[in-house]
Amino acid sequence: MQTQQEITRLQTTIHELLLEAKNQGASAADAGLSIDNGLSVNVRLGDVETIEHHCSQGLGITVYFGQKKGSANSTDLSEKSIKETVTAACSIARYASDDPYAGLPDPDRLASEFKDLELYHPWDLSPNDAINLALSCEDTARQYHPDISNSEGASVDTYQGIRVFGNSLGFLHGYASTRHSISCSVLGERDGNMERDYWYSVARNHKNLESPELVGKKAAERTVLRLGARSLTTRKAPVLYSAEVASGLISSFLGAISGGSLYRKSSFLLDSLGTKVFPDFINIYEQPHLLGALGSACYDAEGVTTKANKIVTDGILDSYLLSSYSARKLDMQSTGHAGGVHNLCISAGEQDFQQLLKQMDTGLLVTELMGQGVNPVTGDYSRGASGFWVEQGEIQYPVQEITIAGNLKDMFQHILAVGNDIDYRGNIRTGSILIEEMAIAGE
Amino acid sequence: MDNSAFQLAKQAILVPSDLQESDIHRVMDQLLNGSVDNGDIYFQSSHYESWVLEDGIIKEGSHNIEQGAGVRALSGEKTGFAYSDKIDLPVLLSAVKNVQAIARQGQTAKTSLPGRTPYPALYAPINPLSSLSDQEKVDFLRKIDAETRKLDPRIEQVIISLVGVQDHILIANQGSSLVGDVRPLVRMNVSVIVEEKGQREQGSMGGGARSDYHYFLEQDRALGFAREAVRQALVNLEAIPAPAGSMPIVLGSGWPGILLHEAIGHGLEGDFNRKGTSAFSGRVGERVASSLCTVVDDGTLQDRRGSLSIDDEGTPTQCTTLIENGILKGYMQDKLNARLMGVQPTGNGRRESYAHTPMPRMTNTYMLPGESDPEEILQSVKNGLYAKNFGGGQVDITSGKFVFSASEAYLIENGKITHPVKGATLIGNGPDVLTRVSMVGNDLALDSGVGTCGKEGQSVPVGVGQPTLKIDALTVGGTNV
Ligand SMILES: [Zn+2]
Repeated sequence: MQTQQEITRLQTTIHELLLEAKNQGASAADAGLSIDNGLSVNVRLGDVETIEHHCSQGLGITVYFGQKKGSANSTDLSEKSIKETVTAACSIARYASDDPYAGLPDPDRLASEFKDLELYHPWDLSPNDAINLALSCEDTARQYHPDISNSEGASVDTYQGIRVFGNSLGFLHGYASTRHSISCSVLGERDGNMERDYWYSVARNHKNLESPELVGKKAAERTVLRLGARSLTTRKAPVLYSAEVASGLISSFLGAISGGSLYRKSSFLLDSLGTKVFPDFINIYEQPHLLGALGSACYDAEGVTTKANKIVTDGILDSYLLSSYSARKLDMQSTGHAGGVHNLCISAGEQDFQQLLKQMDTGLLVTELMGQGVNPVTGDYSRGASGFWVEQGEIQYPVQEITIAGNLKDMFQHILAVGNDIDYRGNIRTGSILIEEMAIAGE
Repeated sequence: MDNSAFQLAKQAILVPSDLQESDIHRVMDQLLNGSVDNGDIYFQSSHYESWVLEDGIIKEGSHNIEQGAGVRALSGEKTGFAYSDKIDLPVLLSAVKNVQAIARQGQTAKTSLPGRTPYPALYAPINPLSSLSDQEKVDFLRKIDAETRKLDPRIEQVIISLVGVQDHILIANQGSSLVGDVRPLVRMNVSVIVEEKGQREQGSMGGGARSDYHYFLEQDRALGFAREAVRQALVNLEAIPAPAGSMPIVLGSGWPGILLHEAIGHGLEGDFNRKGTSAFSGRVGERVASSLCTVVDDGTLQDRRGSLSIDDEGTPTQCTTLIENGILKGYMQDKLNARLMGVQPTGNGRRESYAHTPMPRMTNTYMLPGESDPEEILQSVKNGLYAKNFGGGQVDITSGKFVFSASEAYLIENGKITHPVKGATLIGNGPDVLTRVSMVGNDLALDSGVGTCGKEGQSVPVGVGQPTLKIDALTVGGTNV
């Protein structure tokens, strides 16, 4: 296979990079290379709008002179550029300070087994094929309802890439992966007010994508449901985060238990290891080796082996998320989280989405959040929201121009249920999350 | 045109690639040979460095080199685009072949663009990266760290970052010769964590300009950022829960102009209006703000972060009046959307890099000053919120709903600033919010040079500004119901 040849070629380049670093006096180094190719088409109102051909490459090197560190990146993989990039990294390292915690991972933590995670499924898709898929997606959306008045279009994207990583401890590995997606965004209009919503499907293997028609239908359905949205009066009420926005709550949690925020003391979950962060029924774990999943990886960004971690058991925090550096700062061991988590899962309850609505009875269903509004140091949370007002377990009407606010520490403790309507489109896999009460501000 | 910037850009891009201007003409001929309306090639060579001080030591630094070329063909409303990290003739010709596929889909109608107009350079074609030696950079960071830590015993953590960029740009356009630009950009940030009685808070302040690192040494700027970061963190230690609900809001001058960027600016970008997807579509000539409000987008301010001598399509930037005395005057345009809407480009065609396609983007967006004394504005509010500083914001251009998050805010009680309150999100409706502006201060200030705007996954540096403003009612998203 051509891909294998390409990986081998890039591995040779990694060797050259590491050798060059050594020749320039570095005591240790790591290096990464990437090559990406892609096609992206967008159609709008039944006609092609853009066809984009993507083709990019990059190299990155980090060098250590004892405990001093420097790094450099370039989009030029030529021999001349390799030399210059290493020189740039070395000259920075010379001016960096001695940092007792800096350095490559402990050798025994590096990955040594490389299972084929089935991440590479190229899609032989011509621009014309892609256009036709996008057209049928957008067409379905536009036909869905008379209130659909305009379109931002439908897109089909396909990417394939190669990543190769190595370090001066002898670690060297490369793999190929693919990622394909279909998305659609349409507008609806009622009584002079416009609303817009979208839907997308993404997968490593294009056979696992939702059909273009389904993506189009969901985009249109979501748009039409938003028409006629109004604000709410200011109040306190239960809030149900739909699965696609619930992952944002979990990522705030992950930020708070990541090594960087902990050693900087910029987390609202300092010293929380072994303490109760969530209710009893919450379990959070990681499955980095799922075949063909979007977040799968054998090793983290510095080559440390990834494993099936338990992060939260029965509501109690079992593990922080640490890189080698943050682990040393905290006098702990790396957990293989340089660069983040891999397929993080929240244990789902028995209830589906409809049952969660019933359990909430009266409250706010949130389907979109806006703005940053999260203070990572204190956990104070206030974000713009839109969604639906729910009474007796039934959706009453769409709402917007409101905010929801609380404190994350408190919100986590007051999770009442997690649904089994899991959204598999990202690295965080969660169902809808019901929170007992939040402050809602409106008109 | 500024010859020296153009010559320097040519030197940086064409010489290493062994390309002649005649080669570029050949590629352009090839590109415009098919049935396309227009096309361009964007060459870029960019050097970027960053230095980070944390825990009192220079923890890391990095140096990035990015270069490549993006080739674009336009035909009607269609765009074909391809880019490469390599700049050489065979690669460019193959990119041309790829993008011409778009033309085969479309019709032919060649239009001729106006020739090259002279324009002033709004910043010097300098290299910020070499404006200080590496030793001077790290000494500077260490000095600011030491001075910052002396400001208050409650400071636990200080993180200082210093970033410099030098961008070389060459643009080949139909019907005009090659144009070029050299764009310097520097940015510095100080963030602190303070602790008192087990309670922690953060504060952060920074600034920047199209200048070099000496900018931070002048006028005590660097330490000014530090003092401001510490002050904000200490204020937030005292903060009480923010109120929830609709109330009068006084917005501070300067960075709170992000309100204009989110609530108004994005909705006035040409692409959304051509497509009719913006809440402002088709509303030119209508009242969208109180008569006190005049809002401009001005890419021509000397040395400012959002300024450009020419935009990324080679159009000189200008000062575009968006709203005049409350009436919507016009949109911000790139070439594609200007042509399709039958208006002139406004110098707002911007792209993150050669690997992205241009679209209408803001430069420096601000409201002109009014007549009220800021003190008098505060005194006019019985019960409300004074939002002095903000984090980021976001807008849904279709529904017009926008949010922005206060990082420093106070209760106003009986015309006086009383308690600081915890950061709250403010939410409103773009086409509505400026109609509720009842007082405009005489204290126009632009932000310190920190803004980055994201649109469709592309980030570009921007500026914002405004005088102190009073909005009669806006929803505050606190917890105190
Ligand atoms: Zn923006």
